[in-house]
Amino acid sequence: MTRTSLFAAALLVFRRDILLAQRHWGQVAQPLIFFAMVTTLFPLALSPELAELRRISAGILWVAALLASLLGLELLFRSDHADGTLDQILLSGQPLSLLALAKGMAHWMTCGLPLVLLSPVAATGLGVQFGALGTVMLSLALGTGILSALGAIGSALTLGLRRGSLLLSLLVLPLAMPSLIFGARAIDLAIHGDSPRGPLLLLAAMLVLAVTLAPPAVAAALRISAE
Amino acid sequence: MTIALQAFNFTGFSAHGLEVWRGDRRVLPGVSVEATAGECVHVLGPNGSGKTTLLRAIAGLMTPEAGRVECNGRDTRADRDAWCAVFTYLAHNDGLKPELSVRENLAFETALRRELGSGDIGAALADLGIADCSERLAATLSAGQRRRAAFARVMLAGAALWILDEPYTHLDRDGSVIVSAIIGRHLSAGGAALIAAHQPPAIPGHRARSVELTA
Repeated sequence: MTRTSLFAAALLVFRRDILLAQRHWGQVAQPLIFFAMVTTLFPLALSPELAELRRISAGILWVAALLASLLGLELLFRSDHADGTLDQILLSGQPLSLLALAKGMAHWMTCGLPLVLLSPVAATGLGVQFGALGTVMLSLALGTGILSALGAIGSALTLGLRRGSLLLSLLVLPLAMPSLIFGARAIDLAIHGDSPRGPLLLLAAMLVLAVTLAPPAVAAALRISAE
Repeated sequence: MTIALQAFNFTGFSAHGLEVWRGDRRVLPGVSVEATAGECVHVLGPNGSGKTTLLRAIAGLMTPEAGRVECNGRDTRADRDAWCAVFTYLAHNDGLKPELSVRENLAFETALRRELGSGDIGAALADLGIADCSERLAATLSAGQRRRAAFARVMLAGAALWILDEPYTHLDRDGSVIVSAIIGRHLSAGGAALIAAHQPPAIPGHRARSVELTA
C-alpha cells in the first residue's frame, strides 16, 4: 500500500473543489451577480455622465469586488465543516497547509477569476476607456488573490460560530484596506494615462506575502475550529 | 475485501489519563483506554458521558488538557502524520459530500491517504450490499445507505486501528450483521477497533472488552 504524495493530495483537493463548484453553480454565480448589480447601481444613483463616473470608477470597482469576494468566502470551509468532510481532510495525514493552499486556489478560480473576467464589462459601463481595462483586470486579479488568502484565514477562524459571516467581514475588511488603496490607485493612474506600475508591483508583493503566510495560518485556525 | 495491514507493524495503542475541559466543565475526567492488535474495545456510557470527546481526543481532533496517546509505545504528538496513517475515524456525521456520488466521495477521501486500486471501491460497496448506489449522489441516499457508504471509507482507508463512533446508527439488522462481520475480519487480520456504541457490538469470533464512562 503506497501513501499518496503531497502534490497528488493537493491536486485531489483542488479538483474536488472545482467539481463541487460546478455542481452547485448557482452559489458560485451569486457573488458575480452581486458585483454586476453594485456596479450598475452607481450610474443609476449618481448620474449617467461618463466623465463623472470615470472619476470614481476605480473606487466603485474595487469596493464592489471586495464585497463580492466576501460573499464567496462563505463557501470556502463552511460546508466541509458541516458535513464532516473537513474532519476527514484533517485526519488524512497530509500537510494541512498545502491542502489549505489548494483549497484557496480552487476558491480563487471559482470566485476571484470570474470577477476578473467580468470586470472589463463593468468598467466599460463606468466609462473607463479601453486602454485602462488591462490595468483593471490585473489589479483585480492580484487583489482578489490577496482577498482569497486573507479571507481563508478569517473563514477558518469563524468556522465554529453559528453566525460567523458578519464577524468574518469585520476580520477581513481591515486587513484588505492596503490592497484596496493600491489597487484603486493603480486603476486611477491608468485612467489618467499614467503608468500604474508602482501600485501594481506593491499589490503583487502583497499577494506573494499573503499566499506565503496564509496557508500555515489557515491550517492552525482549522485545527482550532475543528475542536 | 480485506486490505493487508503488514505495512504498519501495529502492535497497539494506549491513551493515558485523557482529560478534556470545555470552558469550566470537565467533559472527560482522565480516561485511560488501550487496544492491542486483534482487540476490540467497546466504549459505553450514558448520553453526554464523553464518548465522542474521548474518540476525538484520541484521533487528535481535540487537544486534551492532560494525558497522552501512545502508539507502539511512542507519543502520537511527536509525529501526527504518522499517527493519522495508523487509524481511520468514523464520525457521527458521515463525512460525505451530498453533491458528489458515492464513488467520487470514497475516491477522494481514500486517495488522500493511499493509492487506490481500480476495483477497491466496487469491492467495498459490494461487501456492504450497496453496490448499486455507487453512482448515486450522496444526497439521494437514505440515512442507512449513507452510513454504509461511510463505513466503506473506513474499510478502504487501509488503517490498522478503526475508531468508530456509533457505527450502527441508522443501520437495519442486515447492515449491522454485515458491519460486525467486516469488523471481525479486520480484527482477525491483526487490526484493532475502538467502538463507541450503546449496544455491545456482536462481533463473530471476538469478544469486545468494555470501557465504561460515567457522566
